[in-house]
Amino acid sequence: MEIKKTSLNKLHQSNNAKFVEFAGYEMPIQYSKGIIEEHKFTRSNSGIFDVSHMGQLFIYGDESLTEELEKIFPLDLKNLKQNCSKYSFLMNEEAGIYDDLIITKIEEGYLIILNAACKDKDFEILSNLLGSKFKLNLDNNRSLIAIQGPKSVEILNSIINGVDQLNFMTGNWFDSDNQKLFITRSGYTGEDGFEISISNDKAEKFVENLIEKGAQLIGLGARDTLRLEAGLCLYGHELDINKTPVEANLRWAISKSRLSNGGFIGSKKIMNQMQDGASQIRVGIKPEGRLIAREKTKIFDDTDTQIGEITSGTFGPSVNGPIAMGYVNKEFSKVDTKILLEVRGKKHPANVCALPFYKKNYVKGVN
Amino acid sequence: MSEVKFSKEHEWITLEGDVATIGITKHATEMLGDIVFAELPEKGSNVEKDGTAGVVESTKAASDVYTPVSGEVVDTNQAIVDDPSKINEDPEGSAWFFKLKMKDQSEMDSLMNKEEYDKFAKESAS
Repeated sequence: MEIKKTSLNKLHQSNNAKFVEFAGYEMPIQYSKGIIEEHKFTRSNSGIFDVSHMGQLFIYGDESLTEELEKIFPLDLKNLKQNCSKYSFLMNEEAGIYDDLIITKIEEGYLIILNAACKDKDFEILSNLLGSKFKLNLDNNRSLIAIQGPKSVEILNSIINGVDQLNFMTGNWFDSDNQKLFITRSGYTGEDGFEISISNDKAEKFVENLIEKGAQLIGLGARDTLRLEAGLCLYGHELDINKTPVEANLRWAISKSRLSNGGFIGSKKIMNQMQDGASQIRVGIKPEGRLIAREKTKIFDDTDTQIGEITSGTFGPSVNGPIAMGYVNKEFSKVDTKILLEVRGKKHPANVCALPFYKKNYVKGVN
Repeated sequence: MSEVKFSKEHEWITLEGDVATIGITKHATEMLGDIVFAELPEKGSNVEKDGTAGVVESTKAASDVYTPVSGEVVDTNQAIVDDPSKINEDPEGSAWFFKLKMKDQSEMDSLMNKEEYDKFAKESAS
């Protein structure tokens, strides 16, 4: 299959991007400054991320759509206000995760942002579940641009006045350059920032404008180190069809009001696990010294028994040390538990630690 | 000191008497990106030509470091273990990896000179 390109591909090229194939797309892993510089620039200034490979699924409908979606997602959508967003999951009956996503209530229905590698399957699953009553549009005509970091609000507001009035996890339509942009205050880096849905033909000019105002393009490499420092899950690593939200330590994302009656896909399993606890749970892990424990590194206790596995591990540029996340047996999931990581045949000491590794700077109360 | 020679695994090597100094090339560091971890062979251990003799890790991935010649490890560069970013800064100078007491100096003969390596690196990168 031919590799897909986003509408910013030429701009990446002219900014000396190194490309990788990701979920069928040619995406920039880094630009000439490298992952560490890009990471630090995002934390101190403003980074631009092309996330146009992700799915933008618009589902159109009225209150009956809300009812149908509540049968799918573990969310209190009836009480979700227009333009407010929630993090959630598409699950199977066993509460295994097909995808993690952000769903926003918009005037015409809902907008769901899906992972690139999952979006086509998600579309199929949701189309089957919802039937022909509602119109679904996995919109390939729109790009998705994230701008993240403390200077982002000032930079974006100088182009689109009013975005500074958005609260975290809310969005709205804005007019710019004779078109409507949907902008949410959200992100995947642990920093304040925005995600901008914009039509493909306007995306390049828009990003060039952001660069002119002082923001810089950041690749997927730094996006990964940023999200890992922020303790955020990456589908295919921390999350997959064999993991549940309870095991992933994401029970906060399940609306409390939905737990008493269930009625969403996977609710039985979720309710059981909430009561009895899961046998394995996702934790933060800090190796001692400088050693990096990558994905699939086996985790042992001091009696040589395997108790888990690393799902993501790298060097955290802002933490200035190695960081990882993984799953361990429940009894080893307490903060400060000593564990051993097997790297290149040797066992190295590490500690279970609290997440995130890097403190968040989200803006909560503008209004 | 001898002319600098290069291996296909992107190591450089110089010889002084029977002691070889080995590091990774600038081209290798550019391919790897930001280096954040280095592991070196133990002093006193013996390493075999083309065998692994350490590890470097970038933010993205781990890569083995190979030795282009055989010998006994007589010194290692602790400075790059303590601060691996030095490898990106000065890979073909102060950020050497280890020194070997060579057994068979003819092992140097099959390695590339600078001109040959630059051509090889350019071709393998494209």
